Amino acid sequence: MKQSLTLGKVTKFIGIAGLLETIKDLFTGNLDKEDFKNFLRKVIMPLASVFLFFAVWYFGAKSLHDIEADRLIKKALVEQGPAEAEKVRACIESGEKTCQPNSLPSPAQVWGAYQTLLADHYVIRADKKAFIEKTAVLNAKRVANGEAAIVYTGRPSFVDQIFTSIITVFAGFLLALFIAVPIGIIIGLSETLRSSVNWLIQIFKPVSPVVWFLLVFMIVKTFAKNSDADSAFIICFISVGLCSMWATLVNTAMGVSSVDKDYINVAKVLKLGPMQKIFKVILPSSLPLIFTGLRITLSVAWMVLIAIELLAQSPGLGSFVWEEFQNGANDSNSKIIAAMFVIGIIGFMLDRIMLTIQKMVSFNKNDGI
Amino acid sequence: MAYLELKNIYKTYGEGETATEVLSNINLTIEEGEFVAIVGFTGSGKTTLVNLINGLLMPTSGEVLFKGESVVDTSHERGVIFQNYSLLPWLTVGQNIFMAVKEAFPKKTRKELHDIVEEFVAMVNLSHAINKRPKELSGGMRQRVAVARALAMKPEMIIMDEPLGALDALTRGNLQDEILNIWGKDKHTALLITNDVDEGIYMADRIIPLRPGPNATLGPEFKIDIDRPRDKTELNDNPNFKKTRNAIIEYLMEIGNERKSEVQKEYLLPDLTPKSFVWL
Repeated sequence: MKQSLTLGKVTKFIGIAGLLETIKDLFTGNLDKEDFKNFLRKVIMPLASVFLFFAVWYFGAKSLHDIEADRLIKKALVEQGPAEAEKVRACIESGEKTCQPNSLPSPAQVWGAYQTLLADHYVIRADKKAFIEKTAVLNAKRVANGEAAIVYTGRPSFVDQIFTSIITVFAGFLLALFIAVPIGIIIGLSETLRSSVNWLIQIFKPVSPVVWFLLVFMIVKTFAKNSDADSAFIICFISVGLCSMWATLVNTAMGVSSVDKDYINVAKVLKLGPMQKIFKVILPSSLPLIFTGLRITLSVAWMVLIAIELLAQSPGLGSFVWEEFQNGANDSNSKIIAAMFVIGIIGFMLDRIMLTIQKMVSFNKNDGI
Repeated sequence: MAYLELKNIYKTYGEGETATEVLSNINLTIEEGEFVAIVGFTGSGKTTLVNLINGLLMPTSGEVLFKGESVVDTSHERGVIFQNYSLLPWLTVGQNIFMAVKEAFPKKTRKELHDIVEEFVAMVNLSHAINKRPKELSGGMRQRVAVARALAMKPEMIIMDEPLGALDALTRGNLQDEILNIWGKDKHTALLITNDVDEGIYMADRIIPLRPGPNATLGPEFKIDIDRPRDKTELNDNPNFKKTRNAIIEYLMEIGNERKSEVQKEYLLPDLTPKSFVWL
């Protein structure tokens, strides 16, 4: 019973509760015509679209591969003669990895790359564990002598990088929250302030993440010169925060400035003090809008994080993608596409988490979208 | 000295060319313990009048005197029941009232405050719904919460701005009785704004029509000489009731017609026929 309850919660969280229900009905046989239509709409059509997507991907990748292969063979023919060209053709047709042209990977290759990444993760984790065990005694001695312990400096695995990215995005998100919400409230309360900073907001809002990164870099490098803090991480999360905070800022200001006049009248009639008025009337009534802003902020943060990590060379999914692209190994392209899916799925989950929180704080349950 | 006195009140919205005078030359006195009703058409400036009295708005000229002192701000002595309930939707019934009580009696302990809340929730028969949010309540229940909130602050005067306007006829009747019962207990001074003549007659000692705005002003007052407690079913046969009711309605119809005739204006139509128009 308890298990099915959590299952229900999880499916509802991902948004496929109706789907499972219908599948159950399909197997138990109590599906009437209306249900069947629903089933068609909610299960068959989405599955068909996914199937179509993979089909387009598969055939697209195949034709791109063939074009590239033809080019390779022709090039060999022109430069090295028919014998070499025949060798290249045979090599490509044999499926040997090293001979494959560099093009869009097929779904199967991406799946393979994903498994390689996972396997790689386990290898690295085992390595790390072994290293820690090996250095445990030595480290204890070093710490006792007042020396710094030796830390594992090996390459981070894909899974490690996912976690680094998530930590960075949350740090950036929290920064955005702590900057944008208070400022939003303050400028929401005063029309003068609102109109005086309006231009600045409108100008900074559309600035690209790349430029934010450069700006933050200019500032942070001065402070981080003599400290041994992880400046790449700091620059990264500050840029993410600054880049993504605008939605929250604008929404908070709007929510605070557009509180229902009736509530303000109530506050006046009850003679609430200014602080009481803000915390007991204005803030609660603008919470739904603030959370809508935070939800947008989190998805923007996740989106720009990849670009900023790529520039900042801070470990994470962004630099993973960039390194794979630079390194140009046989399966680099497949790994990039695998990372793309991981990024998409995590972004989706983050959005769902925010939606759930948004629904919880919203006093008008119809507000959540 | 009158308890509440409105002296030559004018209220104008906007400035310069676009200014509209909503209320002009309003004079009204209410004695302590009196129940006065003001009836008027929708849009005649009733809410503006109420907001002037409770201190949410300031008159453009003239003065509102409450117990001899000029009204410059809202006060806990004048409780307000708003037209659209104005309950805070994120608080429960109990919390909504608690917030008001806490402001009204800052020196009492939490326990005492909670006792007051419970007492007034019980008074409007909503004890079972004390932990519900306004959204889960019907319109009538919400308005009862608003009544409880206003009364729990123990105001000396209670100002009601079309409190029952949005309710269905049956709920309306019940709530009228409830409000009258509560009023009868400690005889607050009460001012009721309404668009329903019957409601005014049933509840008030005195009815004053508000002539429709812009430039709304108060009409002649009608005294209601019907003994309390009044019985709704018997009221219909009461000759006094009929007479007052007809007089008020006649008066309101008359000013309504006056207003219509004022806007009657001959429009000259141009002598035009469509280009390809063929008489069939």
